Amino acid sequence: MAIRLQREDFDLAAEVAELTRGRTDIGAVASFTGICRGDAGMAAMTLEHYPGMAEAEVARHVQEAEKRWPLLGVTVIHRYGRLVPGDNIVLVVTAAAHREPAFAAAEFLMDYLKTRAPFWKKEERAESAEWVAPKGTDDAAAERWAEPKRPPQAAE
Amino acid sequence: MAYLAGMKLIYFAWVRERVGKPEEDVDLPAGITTVGELVTWLAGRGEEYAYAFENAKVIRAAIDRTHVRPDAAIAGAREIAFFPPMTGG
Repeated sequence: MAIRLQREDFDLAAEVAELTRGRTDIGAVASFTGICRGDAGMAAMTLEHYPGMAEAEVARHVQEAEKRWPLLGVTVIHRYGRLVPGDNIVLVVTAAAHREPAFAAAEFLMDYLKTRAPFWKKEERAESAEWVAPKGTDDAAAERWAEPKRPPQAAE
Repeated sequence: MAYLAGMKLIYFAWVRERVGKPEEDVDLPAGITTVGELVTWLAGRGEEYAYAFENAKVIRAAIDRTHVRPDAAIAGAREIAFFPPMTGG
């Protein structure tokens, strides 16, 4: 697994290439990229994080994903600092022999990043700057994974 | 009176802004044994703390970089962090 918290941008194609280089066992790669939206006059967003805990918390959830699904590789990159609309925020890449575990693990990791990883967004508008309030829908999305799941059976 | 010396408190996001500092070392009075009791004690330390911790229910905590609930024991903790619900991803 590769986990990086960084100010710098990331390159999806380069990360996928890194994950799959020299491998012939990987048959599926799924990825999710979160991008800063420019809703309702938003000029910029500042992401604060808890150094040390953020890495540990992401690693814990990657390990949990690896227990639940037969994964062959995981990359998580989360940016912090000031971002403007159009900037990348977060990247999750999962690799497996088949698509189901790759899709499921990517979704699982994103749901947990939203609600459990110690990151906080502050939105800047022309006249004000406000901390983003958590969404109940994000909690519900994370909670649906709470029941232990059996790893999916081998499939196409 | 016994004190629990040398505990580091860290604050993030609007908790940090309201308290007015990112971190501090505190000596806790004896009798404070849980995270919830620590929040109550902090809220009584002055106006800025009262504001930061006015709604204790929304405050999240971590002991030594692991999420904990308000009833968690603080004995042996080196670093306790307080922050609002997380909004990453």
